[in-house]
Amino acid sequence: MKLVSLDPRVCRMDMAEGAAPDALIQENDHWPTYEVFAQKKRGDQHQHVGIVHAPNGEMALVLAKEQFARRGMCVNLWVVRTADVVATSYEDADIFDSTPQKTHREPVDYKVKDKINRYNQSKKEKNEQ
Amino acid sequence: MYGGGYLPDDQKRHLPIAEDPDKLAAFETRIDRGDKVEPQDWMPTEYRKQLIRMIEQHAHSEIIGALPEGTWITRAPGFKRKMAIMAKVQDEIGHAQLLYAAAETLGKTREAMINDLINGKSKYSNVFNYPAETWSDIAVIGFLIDAAAIVNQTLNAKGSYGPYCRALERICYEEAFHLKQGHDAFVALATGTERSRSELQAALNRWWKPIMHFFGPSDKASVHSEKLMRWKVKMASNDDMRNQFLDMYVPRIWELDLTLPDPELRKDSDTGVWLFGDPDWNEFFEVIKGNGPCNAERLAVRRWAEEKGEWVKRALRPRNEIYVTPLA
Ligand SMILES: [Fe+2]
Ligand SMILES: [Fe+2]
Repeated sequence: MKLVSLDPRVCRMDMAEGAAPDALIQENDHWPTYEVFAQKKRGDQHQHVGIVHAPNGEMALVLAKEQFARRGMCVNLWVVRTADVVATSYEDADIFDSTPQKTHREPVDYKVKDKINRYNQSKKEKNEQ
Repeated sequence: MYGGGYLPDDQKRHLPIAEDPDKLAAFETRIDRGDKVEPQDWMPTEYRKQLIRMIEQHAHSEIIGALPEGTWITRAPGFKRKMAIMAKVQDEIGHAQLLYAAAETLGKTREAMINDLINGKSKYSNVFNYPAETWSDIAVIGFLIDAAAIVNQTLNAKGSYGPYCRALERICYEEAFHLKQGHDAFVALATGTERSRSELQAALNRWWKPIMHFFGPSDKASVHSEKLMRWKVKMASNDDMRNQFLDMYVPRIWELDLTLPDPELRKDSDTGVWLFGDPDWNEFFEVIKGNGPCNAERLAVRRWAEEKGEWVKRALRPRNEIYVTPLA
């Protein structure tokens, strides 16, 4: 039976009603994914914003612009094939555990005020003698 | 926009899956702490399954939701409204892309999801199985359906699955524009001529039932949804979301001297809870089963797009590409 719609565009498609075959798209019928990085304004870091499926890098940029830069908050885009990203695993997150203990890397670990005060105090005492 | 009425799998059909109790306990502790779950983390099978189902339904709803609105792009009243509705429809398709990507990180390919939409295995929001008969319907959809979607999506953005939360944050940002342009179109009709008012009222009457269905039937007593809430897959009960929606938006309809076709609709001044008549849940279940006024058309249009676009995808497809799950 021909499908009748109140949408004239749908009527023009000349479609039949009825169920689809079980698997219309083949399981391997995909474009690979690209990870997208966007820079909000000049001077900012590029930030990961999501992915697009694309047949190549050039198309990935076109689609990334449509997907992540529709409202002017972007001046530059990078795309990287997901397959090319090398990442740490959350299972090994403990490799970062010891970093908060490394306070010798932090400025707050270096307190000189006490020493200076003590030094000034002893100088004052010496002068008073 | 999105169907807030998340439709869980029929739990009776399969037995609960036994999980490693230590891993499960550690997982739940992290959820309680407010940690986000990332794709590579261990997660209960049921958590993964329900999330795929929910995000996938959400994605399909964005795609199918663009169809009733798309109907009126060619006939939008005036240039500005045409530009607005085109931008909104493009946003909705973009939302679907973000959501498919989030679901993909859980291990279901986009192709499998689209297949399941077209062959009817997956669900999408029931409201989109109703036709947009007039431009007034578009005003009602843009204002009230998107408003309902925002209630749902803002809550879900605080859920436990990282990729879904990130997608929703982007989505919510754009939904603010959808709601605003919908309200603008709605108010324009409500404050226009006698005829525009009565057309809007008629559209409101047509859409009230599907809007009440939007958040799904009451699930307060459901053990299943209790677990999903514990895991922060679901962030509020269907009733609570519906109540929040009614509380925010019924006054904005009534202030324009429009009416709603439910004589029992009122706010209980003691409890602050909105009371309403039976919105015909039988109809809701009938439409889910595929017997709504537009189910067949929606799927046929989606299938047509897939069939007609297939050669482009095939022609451009790189050879020997091995599928890699997106990272985040
Ligand atoms: Fe929307
Ligand atoms: Fe949306």
